[in-house]
Amino acid sequence: MTVHTLSVLVENKPGVLARVSSLFSRRGFNIDSLAVGPTEHAEISRMTIVVNVEESPLEQVTKQLNKLIEVIKIVELDDRESIERELLLVKVKADVETRSQVLDVVQLFKARVVDVATEAITLEVTGNSDKLADFLRVLEPFGIRELVQSGLVAIGRGGRSISERTLRPVPVPVPGPGAQVLG
Amino acid sequence: MSEQGGTGTQVTGAESLIKSLESAGVENIFGIPGGAILPAYDPLYDSSIRHILVRHEQGAGHAAQGYAAATGRVGVCMATSGPGATNLVTPIADAYMDSVPMVAVTGQVPAASIGSDAFQEADIRGITMPITKHSFLVTDPAEIPRTVAEAFYLASTGRPGPVLVDVAKSALQAMTEFQWPTELNLPGYRPVARPHAKQIREATKLILESRRPVLYVGGGVIRACASSELRMLAELTGMPVVTTLMARGAFPDSHPQHLGMPGMHGTVAAVAGLQKSDLIISLGARFDDRVTGNLDSFAPGAKVIHADIDPAEIGKNRAVDVPIVGDCREVIADLIVAITAEQEQGATGDFEAWVKFLAGVKEQYPLGYDTPAEGLAPQYVLERLGQISGPESIYCAGVGQHQMWATHYVGFENPNTWINSGGLGTMGFSVPAAMGAKVGCPDTTVWAIDGDGCFQMTNQELATCTLEGIPIKVAIINNESLGMVRQWQTLFYDGRYSNTDLHTGPARRVPDFVKLADAYGAVGLSCDNASDVDATIKKAMEIDDVPVVVDFRVNRDAMVWPMVAAGTSNDEIKYARDLAPKFEEDDL
Repeated sequence: MTVHTLSVLVENKPGVLARVSSLFSRRGFNIDSLAVGPTEHAEISRMTIVVNVEESPLEQVTKQLNKLIEVIKIVELDDRESIERELLLVKVKADVETRSQVLDVVQLFKARVVDVATEAITLEVTGNSDKLADFLRVLEPFGIRELVQSGLVAIGRGGRSISERTLRPVPVPVPGPGAQVLG
Repeated sequence: MSEQGGTGTQVTGAESLIKSLESAGVENIFGIPGGAILPAYDPLYDSSIRHILVRHEQGAGHAAQGYAAATGRVGVCMATSGPGATNLVTPIADAYMDSVPMVAVTGQVPAASIGSDAFQEADIRGITMPITKHSFLVTDPAEIPRTVAEAFYLASTGRPGPVLVDVAKSALQAMTEFQWPTELNLPGYRPVARPHAKQIREATKLILESRRPVLYVGGGVIRACASSELRMLAELTGMPVVTTLMARGAFPDSHPQHLGMPGMHGTVAAVAGLQKSDLIISLGARFDDRVTGNLDSFAPGAKVIHADIDPAEIGKNRAVDVPIVGDCREVIADLIVAITAEQEQGATGDFEAWVKFLAGVKEQYPLGYDTPAEGLAPQYVLERLGQISGPESIYCAGVGQHQMWATHYVGFENPNTWINSGGLGTMGFSVPAAMGAKVGCPDTTVWAIDGDGCFQMTNQELATCTLEGIPIKVAIINNESLGMVRQWQTLFYDGRYSNTDLHTGPARRVPDFVKLADAYGAVGLSCDNASDVDATIKKAMEIDDVPVVVDFRVNRDAMVWPMVAAGTSNDEIKYARDLAPKFEEDDL
């Protein structure tokens, strides 16, 4: 199995997330991570879905996703040709004795301290999955009290936009009387 | 979205809904009113649309399916919130599996109550998400016309399917402007009907190079109205044809190139035609498990050309050599042009040995049945029904043994004359589907071919048929049991008939179908021996003012053959119990 990152442009309408997630579950595809957010167009949201499947089921995933009326476009992002980021917030045990050592780690990973209490500090770091895993591995000995991690978001390198031309209007004949016959 | 010029008329949301349905060309709706949808029933009272009051929402849904399948138009059903809507779930799922163009309109509790577990509240959009092509929840009355227009467009274009429009009662009651849209904005929906020229060239090459090709025809050919093109293609090339359960009638049963239906209960020739082919040309079919049997051993020597309007079907079950996305009618038409051009250059294809081999299989293993020493053979009833009522009639079936016998023995010559529940396998489909077909084709004789089990699931619609003047004819193939399940118990469970006896035989007759028909204002007839079959069918044919129910009391031990046991290879087909066909491989 291999990990694939799909960027999915969807109409910004209620229920779209439910459609996408239920499609994955009923077709038996596993989602590693899913992140949804707005885009440069108010009418379009962008989902970044990380799936762990073989090539041929991946084709089924994208075809089935494409069948959803509110899915506008799907692009698979190659990890060499794209920037991938996750956000991690982590609460680490840090008292007077260990605090400076933890802060060294923060420096090393270009993380940020976002909250300080007497017995713990809360850190924020962004990066790809590997960096976040390394960060946690180094913090582990100090004692991780709580952590929360976002889904992965990704964007292709270079000047092109995947949302270009997605909203171009297409005139669609409205079925009227006598115009319903198929074929 | 642009609207028709000028300001719209001030109306209630309910009036807007009915005006929208009228604008979409709707002539018939099957439905039942209730609390949440009630506002819509007031303007419906004055509308040009005929509303047919059914007795159960499931009947409304299957009637809409039957109407759609018989006419090619979008079928419409309507129900209230909660239980009304959930009763539509089975027909919606059925329409999804069999790609039937249908719009289901449901009432929903007022917008402010959604999510509060209000009386008769059910999240029908959520419930039907996996079984609809698309679904809408409308809470803003201004959205009603655009939503209805989109629903009909989605249901009827591309791969057809059911679309749900759930409208909150508050939206029906509020004042709004009615403006029928002239343009729709569906940026994620662009079905491809025109096939790619390169794929057509590749397919043509494979066809002319092949020695053992077969046209594997599915329901997509019926939905695409491509029967005449299919016949041209078949006759142009001489390739043999198999028609799936969903495609019966797409190619005439009487045609010498027709091998019949493939699959679990397919003819030996059709199963062999696929299994031993070197090229399968799949047209609007989807390599369903009931056709392929065990996938790994299905047609091991065959390359595959797979044409479908739904890209997701291509390569889903079986690897494909030449994928073609497009409407079957366009695909076949393009293939005809391309092959004709090749033929003019002298490339005609050489299928002679193959055609001869299959003709031999067809002759050696024709469809057939044993006439029982006692009682009536169900196959004989259906054979005579098909011959007497003729290939212009429409035949709707339920699910089970009677469905398989009907598909084999009625004899189909025309598309849209065979209407059944193929994918979902919904028992109880036939009576309401026949009702819908008869509404769509009032001048055509419409038979519901039903089992005694199926009939008891939806026969309440006989009341609708009698009162609404929809004179369908019902042939109950009464074998006193859940016959197909009983057949499996005979074959795979040592004849232990657990819960399959329905007691509709001479000992008890619960219910008595003749009396039941009478109670519904229909004519009830019965027949229990072969010599009376013709006279009974003719009598039923003469009655055209009320529904007729014929209780054909058949031999309960009759089984459906041929058969490929579930999960096994198509190579394991049995022509009859303990009788496997022997193919002369050397002939190939």
